[in-house]
Amino acid sequence: MMKFIRTLLKPFAAFFEAHAKTHYRLERHSMGLTVGIIIAAGVGGFIEIAPLFTIDDTVEAAPDMRLYTPLEQAGRDIYIREGCYACHSQMIRTLRDEVERYGPYSLAVESQYDHPMLWGSKRTGPDLARLGEKYSDDWHVRHLVNPRDLVPESVMPQYAFLLEAGLDTDSLPDRLAALRAVGVPYTDEMIANADSDALGQAMPDTERSDGVFERYGDETAVRNFDDRPGRLTEMDALVAYLQILGQLTDLPEQTQILPEE
Amino acid sequence: MMSNLTRAERANAMVIAGTGAFIGLVMAAAGRGDPMGAHGWIVLAFCGALFFVVGSAYEDPEPTQDRTASYYDDPTKVGILIALFWAVVGMGMGVWVASQLAWPDLRFDAAWSSFGRIRPVHTSGVIFGFGGNALIATSFHIMQRTCRARMPDQVTPWFVLLGFNLFCIVASSGYLMGVTQSKEYAEPEWYADLWLVVVWVVYFVLYIRTLARRNEPHIYVANWYYLAFILVVAVLHIVNNLAVPASLTGAKSYSAFAGVQDAMTQWWYGHNAVAFFLTSGFLGMLYYFLPKRAERPIYSYRLSILSFWGITFFYIWAGSHHLHYTALPHWVQTLGMTFSVMLLVPSWASAGNALMTLNGAWHKVRDDATLRFMMVAAVFYGLSTFEGSFMAIRPVNGLSHYTDWTVGHVHAGAMGWVALISFGSIYALAPVLWRRETIYSWKAVEWHFWLALAGTVIYVFAMWNSGITQGLMWRTYTESGTLAYSFTDTLVAMHPYYVARTFGGLLFLIGACIGAWNVVMTIRRMPSETPERDYPTSSESREPALPAAE
Repeated sequence: MMKFIRTLLKPFAAFFEAHAKTHYRLERHSMGLTVGIIIAAGVGGFIEIAPLFTIDDTVEAAPDMRLYTPLEQAGRDIYIREGCYACHSQMIRTLRDEVERYGPYSLAVESQYDHPMLWGSKRTGPDLARLGEKYSDDWHVRHLVNPRDLVPESVMPQYAFLLEAGLDTDSLPDRLAALRAVGVPYTDEMIANADSDALGQAMPDTERSDGVFERYGDETAVRNFDDRPGRLTEMDALVAYLQILGQLTDLPEQTQILPEE
Repeated sequence: MMSNLTRAERANAMVIAGTGAFIGLVMAAAGRGDPMGAHGWIVLAFCGALFFVVGSAYEDPEPTQDRTASYYDDPTKVGILIALFWAVVGMGMGVWVASQLAWPDLRFDAAWSSFGRIRPVHTSGVIFGFGGNALIATSFHIMQRTCRARMPDQVTPWFVLLGFNLFCIVASSGYLMGVTQSKEYAEPEWYADLWLVVVWVVYFVLYIRTLARRNEPHIYVANWYYLAFILVVAVLHIVNNLAVPASLTGAKSYSAFAGVQDAMTQWWYGHNAVAFFLTSGFLGMLYYFLPKRAERPIYSYRLSILSFWGITFFYIWAGSHHLHYTALPHWVQTLGMTFSVMLLVPSWASAGNALMTLNGAWHKVRDDATLRFMMVAAVFYGLSTFEGSFMAIRPVNGLSHYTDWTVGHVHAGAMGWVALISFGSIYALAPVLWRRETIYSWKAVEWHFWLALAGTVIYVFAMWNSGITQGLMWRTYTESGTLAYSFTDTLVAMHPYYVARTFGGLLFLIGACIGAWNVVMTIRRMPSETPERDYPTSSESREPALPAAE
């Protein structure tokens, strides 16, 4: 028996012996070690990441996938600025309880234009991947002003200052242009009108809002999100973003058979 | 300190600091009305202060002693003190963020004090501020001793140390202003990232140049780990931070990657920040200070080789276990899981090698709290790598992911392994570095040890409980087949654990404060003593043609 095990292990023993001897010589050369480390550490990342860019079915095709409007993108930037991703995921896993709690599991295509993605790593608060249109704008505003007014057990911070902070729309064309540079298909017209469209999305029944429908589609939510007409605040932007979460494409609902209520 | 620099070196330092101050001024002018402008003023103040500190000593007499007769330790001393400063700041922020989860109104009526903004100040403060400075300082010490050679020049190490700290300051002040890329552990924006690349390249060149001057034929194992830390962190940092700024006069940028590719890149980075920042470099520390303190040779040369290359090769694959059951293709998840499990072999080889080295020195572990710090660190390294491999298994991850179990796992590694090995190394290093007889108070070291251990254990147990409880509550069904608990039900169940976690963290913070005080008192109060033979000497090794079998 011992003999059999020894025969079995012999190639491994020989390998480690050769390895130790080679290493004994290698470790006298700093550049040898440098090259060795780069090769050893390079293989795994290359094999796991590179194919994600080349294999087509990594990301599903969703013909109805729409872009974030400038106001929603501004809201997304505020979501990142405040570190919301530290407590809220935007990734529903393929597990029964998650699908029943939050909705259809997330598809890769849904974050196709998310630079960066906000899948998150921790749920101190619930997942937000399908938050859009679950609650009213008014609920969101009141919840953001003081979460414990609506959910007494909540440990979420208050964001009342968003109501007072005017939204910086001047930088929006630059932001959309940068997003186009990394692959989001914004048109020249969308970039040129970004600041006007941000204002228009919160001002229904104006000339500006017509432009938003024209460029981003008839299903765009055009309304005054924070119920304070006349002023575009960061609260408008953030609520507009929260209301679009999970609404960019209908593909998950079309392809997944949901358990009956 | 300035008296050890020649006038030419002082002039060089002033040119570099002056250039930095100018860049700060340009940033302040160009970024008016944007957080970038505030960062410009910070850079200007930092570099301007350095310019005046060096400038005011410019006319002082030049050093006279022979440089080849000693090691250059000034940057190491400053680095250790800065590391201790960041430990107190970073862990203090940690206690604050932890208590906000237990008592959410424990904040100011100001945007900067919300959980989302101060949490990265905690993570970056302890990982980069405390861990990074401890790594840089100890690497300067170790590379010189194990090479029996002095560093090639005296400006480069200062550039690396202070440049890195400028990055840390820009990063943490940025989070408070809302400047973040949202990529965990890679939050700083594009200009801070570019600056870190410059600092890191200089660090690598300094390391290689010191190795090139060595008086020892073989490069000691600690240096392999430091080299892997420097090289791989550079690659990870550059790739994960590829981004296009919205404007060159503003902080905001957009990642080059989106969606699933971005998720994979981020966790390839995130997990290997754990591997090559929080493991590889600290193993370098362990491989030098543990045998030195125990006065025993490393147990096995072959195990060192096996674990080094195993860790370098296997770890890189493991990142995708952060994305189980997500929209990431199944084959990548499976690869990540497989390699994570295999990773246990080199990890335990390292931990075992460290513990076996203590054979014959266990009485020292009993009596010497400094060595006990290192021993317990090796134990926690073994425990948390086992836990990590276990949590990477897909169904286990289904329960643990998104819960506090992950947080507990990270802290078992960060407090139990990274912080304890750093504190042990600092206690071993301080008397040698400042030429003191011994540490100021051995009782304080004992107190620090037990506070740190108790804090870690309380923290980790609290998070295991809360994580597993919450994970199970999320998937509990009633008899009629509906979900039994609402999200808020689970949140209420977390409260006692969040209180316990804050308490554990507070104990750990008190320990760190005691440690910082003890090191300062050692410098100020202890009589000096020059250790024997702590200067470059030629090699004594008579090496065999081939390594002896163990």
